[in-house]
Amino acid sequence: MLKKIIKRILISIPVLIGVVLVIFIMLRIVPGNPIVTMLGEHVNQQTIDKLTVEMGLDQPAYVQFFKYVWNALHGDFGTSYRMNRSVTQMIMDAFPYTVKLSILAALISWTIGVVAGVVAAIRQNRILDRLFMGTALLGVSMPIFMAALLLQYVFAYKLQLFPISGYEGFSALILPAIALGWNSAGSIARMTRSNLVEVMQDDFIRTARAKGRTEAGVIVFHALKNALLPVVTMMAIQISSMLSGAVLTESVFGIPGIGRLAVNAIENRDMPLLQGTVLFTTVLIIIGNLVADILYSVLDPRIREVK
Amino acid sequence: MAENVLEIRHLKTQFFTRKGVLPAVDDVSIEVPAGKIVGLVGESGCGKSMTAMSVMGLLRHPGKVVAGEILLCGRDITHLSPRELAKIRGSEMSMIFQEPMTSLNPVTIVGKQVEETILLHEKCSRAEAKKRVIQIFQEVGIPEAEKRYNAYPHQLSGGLRQRVMIAMAMVCRPKLLIADEPTTALDVTIEAQILELFKKLRDEIGTSIILITHNMGVVAEVCDYVYVMYTGQVMEQAETFELFANTRHPYTKGLLRSIPKLDEKTDRLYTIKGVVPNLLHLPAGCNFSTRCGECMERCGKEQPPLYEVSPGHKVRCFLCQGACGTAAPEPETLRAAETGKEGV
Ligand SMILES: Nc1ncnc2c1ncn2[C@@H]1O[C@H](COP(=O)(O)OP(=O)(O)OP(=O)(O)O)[C@@H](O)[C@H]1O
Ligand SMILES: [Mg+2]
Repeated sequence: MLKKIIKRILISIPVLIGVVLVIFIMLRIVPGNPIVTMLGEHVNQQTIDKLTVEMGLDQPAYVQFFKYVWNALHGDFGTSYRMNRSVTQMIMDAFPYTVKLSILAALISWTIGVVAGVVAAIRQNRILDRLFMGTALLGVSMPIFMAALLLQYVFAYKLQLFPISGYEGFSALILPAIALGWNSAGSIARMTRSNLVEVMQDDFIRTARAKGRTEAGVIVFHALKNALLPVVTMMAIQISSMLSGAVLTESVFGIPGIGRLAVNAIENRDMPLLQGTVLFTTVLIIIGNLVADILYSVLDPRIREVK
Repeated sequence: MAENVLEIRHLKTQFFTRKGVLPAVDDVSIEVPAGKIVGLVGESGCGKSMTAMSVMGLLRHPGKVVAGEILLCGRDITHLSPRELAKIRGSEMSMIFQEPMTSLNPVTIVGKQVEETILLHEKCSRAEAKKRVIQIFQEVGIPEAEKRYNAYPHQLSGGLRQRVMIAMAMVCRPKLLIADEPTTALDVTIEAQILELFKKLRDEIGTSIILITHNMGVVAEVCDYVYVMYTGQVMEQAETFELFANTRHPYTKGLLRSIPKLDEKTDRLYTIKGVVPNLLHLPAGCNFSTRCGECMERCGKEQPPLYEVSPGHKVRCFLCQGACGTAAPEPETLRAAETGKEGV
């Protein structure tokens, strides 16, 4: 088990290096002098040269790359061109907002998703099933930004139940969390339903009935655990899509999290900041997938064995 | 004379499918005396499992018991509420299934699954329940019972899983155990061991057992009584010895002849000609008339009732009309099928 986890972590390392390399190369291909970006159009050539040397931009690309990786390994993602602040510090300031938003989105969407899925499975092919699954399909197919704009328009602008934009406390997170969890709730509900319907056909369900479990007992004590195993894995994977979804949601609702940081970085051609946020998010996604893998093997005894 | 643990009277179970009403069990009456093993035999699809599922109240939509009575220890259980049924399932009657590989919950250790049955039906501490599980594991012949308590189903062989199923079914000492082809998925050695176990359970605990099988050899081995089923009906019933010694129904004769025998030199394996008719399109008269070598004109028009040819021996065949006790001359009935299969 431990061996397997360590192996998975080791496999993640080349992935990470690859990601850094790709980002690094891409940002260097993008036209535009970073120093001009930093100081504005009318800076003189002398200053540009001086800063180029100071920032190490005159060195060969591979040296810059290794320097960057080395520093990143020490938790230093460089300095933002635009803000002239430590990127690490900026990420750490923004991160709590993203975390709060994602956790809230996860809690809301997973609860709704699982409950709706179970109810739909029990009431298979009846009205509630059709209603929930129709909504879920809408959830899966509606893009996040659309959900975000829609929610913002109805609940913040028209009904004025929530702030339109900006972070003024917990209530400001509710609409963005719903928008962010929208897709997840849909896919969790659909997956829960189809798994549960399938598991209920299994032979061991018949055994549970034969030993004297009532229908409710059969579902709670036998069907759910089996049906939710793959769902839990999906949830862990969804953490990563929530993080990427946060970029859009945070921008729409003006939440000062990692997502908005990334968008700002793109708008300002702030390379170190963009590099930092993308890299940081990548690490989170890799961790999310790792957790998903480990969770699944811890929960399912059939996989736990396989070394 | 001990009373009957189970009495099925004129049971009719039907499936309401889109193509029509399918009579899976048609007017079946079965008596299971206390402490006896009753065999239910017949070809695939003849309604053995559905008879069992009807007794257990485990039929799923679109299947439904439409008529008849099921008396468990004298009490009619056909009209019990789901909750009341659940209460007697696992405690007074229990069932094991053909598929030991998939009949256990894959994500729970087997000990807990057996324990669950105890805790569902009896007031009992967990520690005590665990003790009883280990004890029943030993009784059904699971080696290293304490270690196996913590095993997951996939860690056990098919034979061991079936023993776990038997332990689960027997742990509350039910009066009736229904075993639906419990050994079909197992190899012959394990099959023999499991059958021995059934006899032991019958003799030591006094549980009555309905043993569903399509294997006449198994019937001869362990059953006290036999019911031969065909297309949802009982065709012949008798004590096992009587049935083998005085086989009356052409269908039963066919079944017995299709067992390969070691002492007979044949190069063809016998099979009953024709195929089981579709339950939605049964022949007008006797259900077996389309395949019967002794079919008479009358058989195509009328359904024969069950004739009692000797006490306890009943046959659904016009050949037995009026024949009481004495054996009628046995015409050479069924022709060897022209399937051309090389026999052993
Ligand atoms: N869900 C269902 N819907 C419609 N018909 C069904 C259903 N389940 C069973 N049947 C029908 O009921 C009949 C009896 O089936 P049953 O399972 O009792 O046969 P069996 O004697 O146990 O056969 P086997 O030896 O294959 O287990 C079959 O002809 C089958 O077509
Ligand atoms: Mg069957």
